[in-house]
Formats: sequence, C-alpha cells, structure tokens
Amino acid sequence: MTTFIELLLGGLSIGSVYALIALGFVVIFKATEVVNFAHASLLLAGGYVTAVLHDDIGFWPALGVGIAGAAVVGSAVEFLVMRRYRGSDQSVLAIVTIGVDILLTTELVRRMGTDVMALGDPWGDDVVTVGGVTLAETRIAAFLVAGLLITVFLLAFRFTSWGVSMRAAAENPQTAALMGIRLGRVSLSAWAVAGALAAVAALFLTVFPTPGLERATSLAALKAFPAAILGGLDSTTGALVGGLVVGVTESLATGYQSDLSFLGRGIGDLAPYLVMVVVLLVRPAGLFGTKELSRV
Amino acid sequence: MSEATKDATAPAATAGAPPAAGTPFTGRLRRPAPYLWLAGSVLLLLFPFYLDRFWLQAGLFAMAAAIGAIGLNLLTGSTGQLSMGHAFFLAVGAYGYCVLAGESSTENGHALTGLGLPSWLAAVLAVLLAGAAGGLFSPIAGRLSGAYLGIATLALIFIGQHVLFNAGSLTGGFNGRPVPPLSLFGFTFDDAEVVVAAVPFQSSEKLWYLGLAALLAGGLFARGVLRGRPGRALNAIRDHRIAAGVMGVPVARYRAGVFVLSSMYAGLAGVLLALVFQRTVPEYFGMILSLEYLAMIVIGGLGSVAGAVIGAAFVSLLPQVLTHYSDSLPLVSAPGTGGIAPGEASRYLYGAAVVAVVLFLPGGIARLKTPGEKKK
Repeated sequence: MTTFIELLLGGLSIGSVYALIALGFVVIFKATEVVNFAHASLLLAGGYVTAVLHDDIGFWPALGVGIAGAAVVGSAVEFLVMRRYRGSDQSVLAIVTIGVDILLTTELVRRMGTDVMALGDPWGDDVVTVGGVTLAETRIAAFLVAGLLITVFLLAFRFTSWGVSMRAAAENPQTAALMGIRLGRVSLSAWAVAGALAAVAALFLTVFPTPGLERATSLAALKAFPAAILGGLDSTTGALVGGLVVGVTESLATGYQSDLSFLGRGIGDLAPYLVMVVVLLVRPAGLFGTKELSRV
Repeated sequence: MSEATKDATAPAATAGAPPAAGTPFTGRLRRPAPYLWLAGSVLLLLFPFYLDRFWLQAGLFAMAAAIGAIGLNLLTGSTGQLSMGHAFFLAVGAYGYCVLAGESSTENGHALTGLGLPSWLAAVLAVLLAGAAGGLFSPIAGRLSGAYLGIATLALIFIGQHVLFNAGSLTGGFNGRPVPPLSLFGFTFDDAEVVVAAVPFQSSEKLWYLGLAALLAGGLFARGVLRGRPGRALNAIRDHRIAAGVMGVPVARYRAGVFVLSSMYAGLAGVLLALVFQRTVPEYFGMILSLEYLAMIVIGGLGSVAGAVIGAAFVSLLPQVLTHYSDSLPLVSAPGTGGIAPGEASRYLYGAAVVAVVLFLPGGIARLKTPGEKKK
C-alpha cells in the first residue's frame, strides 16, 4: 500500500509537470490553430540555458534566464517563421513546426553532445518521509510549482484582458480582429507563455531522480503530446487531466514493472501512448475536447 | 502542365521543321521530356557497371526511401493526414521479412524464430503484414484528421521501438537480426559474385535492378491511384472533408484505406531497406526516420509521386554526400572531431529546407517552373 501511495504521489507530481507542458501546447493550438511539434525543443532550449548558466550566476537567476530564453525562442519561432504561414492548412503548419523542431533539436543536441548536464537545483536528492511514505523533495517542489503556475495561468486566462483577448481569438479570429484584438500579439504571447512554461517543466523533468539534462529529455517531453491529445487538444482542463493521467499511468507502470514483466522492459515509457490510443478509440476528440461541429 | 509545355515548345518545333511536325506523334517526339526520361533510365540502368559499392548503396537507400515516401505522400500530401508512424511500418516490413524468410537459429546465445518460407513469398507477406498493421490502426486513422492523427501515430513509433527491443526471439532485440537474401525464380540477390560484362555483380549491383523495378511499379501504381477516382476522392477529403462526404465519398473508409495503402508502401520500403542493410537494427526505426520521411515529401512536393521521389533522393543522399566529401567541405568535419558532423549538417539543411520550401515553393521541388513555362 505504501508503495502504491508513493507511486501515486510521484505520478501526480510528474503528471503536473506534463500538464505544464501540455498546457503550453494547448494554448498555442487555441490561439493559432498550430499543432506545435517543436514544443519539445522549446523545452530543451530552456533547460539548456539554465544548465549552462547556473554555475556562473547561481541557480535562481539561471532559471529566470532559462525561462526568459525559452519564451524568447518561442516568440522568435512565431515571429520569424509561423507568422509567415498564417492561414495555411493545419497539417502544413504542423509540418513547418516539424522543420523548426529538426533545426532546434539538432543544434541543441549537438551542443550537449553525450553530456548529462546538471541544472544545479537546490533540492538535490533529499527526501521527505511522512507516515512511512517517502517522497523526493524535488517531486514535492514540482507539484507545488506546477500547481501554482497552472492556477495563475488559468486565473489570468479567465480574468485579465490578455486572457479575454486570447479566448476571443480562439473562439473566432475574424470577429476578434474586427473587435480590435491584435491577433499577432495574441499568438506571439501564446508562444512566449508556452516557451516559459516548458522551461519550468524542463527543470522538473531533469532533477532527481532523473540524472539531468540530456538528449533523452526531449523524449520525456514528448509525453506531453499524448497528455494534450487525450485530454482534448482545445481544452485547458483536458491538458491538466491528461497530464495527470499520463503521469500516474507512467509512474504505476514503471513501479509495478516487475509484475508486468510479460510486457517487456520499459513499459512505463510506453504506457502514456497506450492510454492515448485507448482513449482515442473511445472518444476521438479526447476526454474534454469539443467534437468538431461544422455548419455547411 | 502538358498544355504549357506544348505551347512553350511549339515555336521551337516549327522553326526549320519538316512538314510532318504538326501531327501529335512527331510533336511528342520533339518535346524534351521523353528524351530526358530515356536518358535518365539508360543512366540508371548503367550505374551498377560504373559506380562503386558506396554510391550503389546510397542509391538503393534513396530508392527504398522513395518507395516509402510515395506511400506517405499518398497519405499526407494527397489526403492531408499527417503520420509520424511511418517508421513503424517500415520496421514491420523489414522485420516481417526477416522473420518469415529466416530460419530458426541461435545467434550470440539468443534464439531467433524464423518460419523459413521461400523468400519471395516472405517479401510479399511482409508487405501485406505492414498493410494489416495499418489496418489495425484504422479505427483511429479513419476518424482523426490531419495533425491530430500526427500525434496519435506518435504512439506507433514508441510501440514499435518497445516491441523491437523486447520481443527478442522475433527481432533479435538490441542486436537486431540478419536478413536472409531474397531469391526470385532461382536467382539469389546475395553477395556471390556474378560477372556481367567484366563487372563483378554483388548484392548491391543485383539489388539495384530490383530496387528500380520496385520503385517503378510503386510509382506507377500510386500515379494510377492519384489520377483515377480514388485520387480525386482523397484530394476532396483533404480540401474539404464535409463537401467530400456530401458528394458521397465515404470519408472514414477512404482515410482508413489510404492509411493501409501507405503502410504497405512503407512495408515494401522496409523489405528493400532490410535487403540492402543485410541486418536490421531497432535503433534505425525511430522517430528521426519518421521525421525524415515527412521532410522528404514536403521538400519534394506534397501530393505528387515525382515529388516524393525527388525529396527522398535529396534527404537520403544528402548525409551520404556530405560524409563522402566531408574533408573538402567547409564547416563539415568527420564525426567526433568537434565540428559539425555530416549527419548533423544534413539535418540542418533539410530542416531549413522544410521551412523554406513551404514558404517559397508551396508545391515543392517537383512543381518548380522551368523558365520556358514561366514566360508563357
């Protein structure tokens, strides 16, 4: 039972990190109708900046620069590339982001080489034990920070004028533009926010118990895709639920690996995708996604 | 397209032409296209006599890639359905062939299962197997559109990698498994030397002609599909799904069908790749491979067979060319020496090419207008 609770809590924590990534992904999709396959490389960029700088300027400033850096990279991608394609077909836009992803990932992976880079976080490998349940401090920090950021984001989405313009643009771009909302700014800010959230997620994907930032980190970041799509690509709630589902599934599948040995080694990494396939079989629009309705 | 060329070449044809120039047949003889095709085919048929093994292998990779890219282009270019799972179906083809044609054996202490079927039958069955795998995914492939399907098919890559690494008795696990040579009508495509016109023919030389034949057949079949009724239905689904449905196109069935067809192309490409490699390793069939195939069809031109072939040649020959000439190229250096390795350099190039082509050449390289056409 203790193991189960530990795994569940660990899963919720990593799930909240996935939710953070998926949220950025969903925000970009809502604001610009772009399915952003370059999201994992935004995350890698944020993590890389933090990892390079933390030795010289300390962890917190480095994290700040990392977050700002990923936001800048995100907005640069929007401003320099995606803006030129506005109005193109959805799958063409997606393919353009794949091109961007190939470029960014190749560059970052080349810089990283085969190194495993530490991000210099203050938590180290400390653990907290409450009533027999042991949890790493990093996991608690991840859960709290992700929860806080998600709350702030959702409040801003609901109550600030930025959030209102974002939702209006998502609802109907033409009308929003006619009402004086600058769509360019909306999509620019969506990419910046997504980049910043991804950079925070990069921190928590690379701290203890994971060894550090390496090539494989982008594979971990990819798990936010099933999270986003099983929740429903156009639903922020869906991103949260999807992230948690993916996190818990992964954690449980990894934890009970020995009982699932007939499925082969490393089933934990596969579990999120299997869950996604099952959900899509039952609900093609995802758990919370709006069914595509069209009037003719 | 043909109208434009006719007009552009008409003045040239009349200048100093014999009186029969007006008839359709001789008119056709005066256009450059058939001669280019003829010269190209003769060149392709002669390559094994002159090129060394390295370039033949590079060419074979390009042919296999072209077959796979034609399949993906039917799905993504013509129907607008994004697929990231192409590498999975390539793997099904490659490993399916190995399992079906290979004998049961023990290698490095691993038991490998093989059915020992005749290898031509195994190749055909492997292609069908890839199609069946696509069919299994069709409940999803039929219902999801565009980029949604792209994410859903990510699952296939990871499932594929998992199975390849874990189902050791079928796939040989991390080390992969050897590929039995193909034999067709008693002729074996192996490394045994056959001397043709004083040129020793080994597996690459023999496979070259097999690859050409497979590519030609695949290309013609895809062209037939695209030019006929199914092709129009697919394009209609891409351009306006609801309108297509209203006009009586069974959208889900066509989407599922083209997914299966594209998986079969991938399966064929996989079989050919396996025959060229002579050993299948699981790492190869990862996500990067899928991305490469998407890059191919975008660079070459979405929705056209020629585009897929051009793009495949570009993306798969680029790293080989860069590796071969890495000494004499600026900025590119051999792997492990600190500079930009050829593999990375080629990834930069085709990544940038994807972004640029969509912006500046929406039809890809295949739709590049020749100067003569532009004047018109």
